[in-house]
Amino acid sequence: MNTRKIKKEVLVERTFHGVFYLAAILCIISLLVIGGFILYQGYPAFAKVGVVSFLTGTVWQPLAGIFGIAPMIVASILVTIGSLIIGIPIGLMTAIFIAELAEKRVSSIFMRAVELLAGIPSVVYGFFTLMTIVPLIDKFWGGGGNSMLAAIFVLGIMILPTIITVSANALRAVPESYREGSLALGENKLMTIFRVVVPCAKSGIFAAIVLGIGRSIGETMAVMLVAGNTVQMPHSILDRVRTLTANAAFEMGYASGIHVNALFATAVVLLFFIIVLNVVLTIINRRGRENL
Amino acid sequence: MIKKIKNISLYTFIGICCFIVVAFLVWILGFIFIKGAQSFNFKFLASLLPMIVSTIVMIVVSILIATPIGIFCAIYLTQYAKQGKLVNAIRFAIESLSGIPSIVYGLFGMVFFVTALHMGFSLLAGSLTVAIMLLPTIIRTTEETILAVPRSFAEGSLALGASKIRTIFRVVLRSAKTGIMSAIVLSIGRVVGETAAIYFTAGMVPRMPESIMDSGRTLSVHLYLLANEGLSFSDAYATAAVLIVLVLVINLTMHLFSKNREENL
Repeated sequence: MNTRKIKKEVLVERTFHGVFYLAAILCIISLLVIGGFILYQGYPAFAKVGVVSFLTGTVWQPLAGIFGIAPMIVASILVTIGSLIIGIPIGLMTAIFIAELAEKRVSSIFMRAVELLAGIPSVVYGFFTLMTIVPLIDKFWGGGGNSMLAAIFVLGIMILPTIITVSANALRAVPESYREGSLALGENKLMTIFRVVVPCAKSGIFAAIVLGIGRSIGETMAVMLVAGNTVQMPHSILDRVRTLTANAAFEMGYASGIHVNALFATAVVLLFFIIVLNVVLTIINRRGRENL
Repeated sequence: MIKKIKNISLYTFIGICCFIVVAFLVWILGFIFIKGAQSFNFKFLASLLPMIVSTIVMIVVSILIATPIGIFCAIYLTQYAKQGKLVNAIRFAIESLSGIPSIVYGLFGMVFFVTALHMGFSLLAGSLTVAIMLLPTIIRTTEETILAVPRSFAEGSLALGASKIRTIFRVVLRSAKTGIMSAIVLSIGRVVGETAAIYFTAGMVPRMPESIMDSGRTLSVHLYLLANEGLSFSDAYATAAVLIVLVLVINLTMHLFSKNREENL
């Protein structure tokens, strides 16, 4: 082989190494640029209103220059908790059925149903809830039906695929010998699942829940269609509420000046929640790996 | 006795939960399809054409941008990178990118691509924004399939004197082909379903886009606007039905790919 050919090959090797490296670095750059731009746009609002009064203020009157997002933070948290109350039991039980109880054929049919649920666009979920659940709520309790309850319903359903798939995977990863040991000691199948398999899959199930929280708190369009979007501290589950995501999206169309900055500041708060969740998730995953 | 009651009630509870999941899926599909079919006609389909074209353009452009970057990143992570701070940082970035809500991507795309880079509300700005959102899925799926390719394949190729690059492109990527294809199909589903990020970057002009610098309205954005305006729910039902058909087709394709992959290994 002549040296020129080798030289050319080394050059190609190096170039591609560089390209691959660049692609990998691009992920970090994207994250930094996204975080940077959102912070940069939100900063003027924090500077003018003050971080504390922005976070704890209960009045949101953009035209008067009063920006307090406490009602939105509370609404986001309550809606998320509500969706978990629906999503965790249903999701976990379905995961147990899929991973532990169902025979292979049934469980693969179930998995496909769950995949389908995961694939349905969020705006379709929102529209569906708007046309079915919202009128139902209106019929029973009045008030138009656009409410926190409707938002909780749609989010509870939307987080199911995440909770089911992640916790089913965690359950499946528990070694067979654990189950056999418990069964050999005379426990029945169901008690084995709840006393042995579920505790062993704990970290995976927590990860599923944290991912569900992330999906719940970040959902925008479906919530915006059904929650009513009125800025107020929620007093009952039938109140109209506006979440953080809805706030960032709802007024962006016509906002200008410091108002835009305030909307970006809302996104900063949202981003902060997500980062906290992400850190929690990283810790859970690391613990899970150490335990196995 | 108590144990038996406990057992039975637990089984019932599990049964009810599973029933809810399936019943809900049947309900939403049935509801949208029946209502959608009632208001579906050719005039409607013709009026939907610009949205369909915008959606397709959005899918193609965002996937053309995201796939090579995602695959290259996965190659770097599996074939080149050594465990350490940089890899941890890259992984943290990927995790974070997958956790960021789509509305935040939308706002970012609006200030960065639309305003700062002067792209205006355009399909290109939308595609670039969505492309970043797709990266985590593509990277993770590609990584998994590359790691599933037996090490001996690459070793065989290297032992025959092929260079590392040649091995990666000719052996590793080729063996991981179906996995990469399923990552792409998964991404198509994400683009079809995305609303918030596209709404703020590609805009909502319901016209046939003439170039990727034009604003365009995708199907999901269209559905959102119809549902929000509340003027024509029959069009909204039909649009939702079209979206669900797309999702079904995508799921079916996904399934074919994963079946293929199982057979190949």
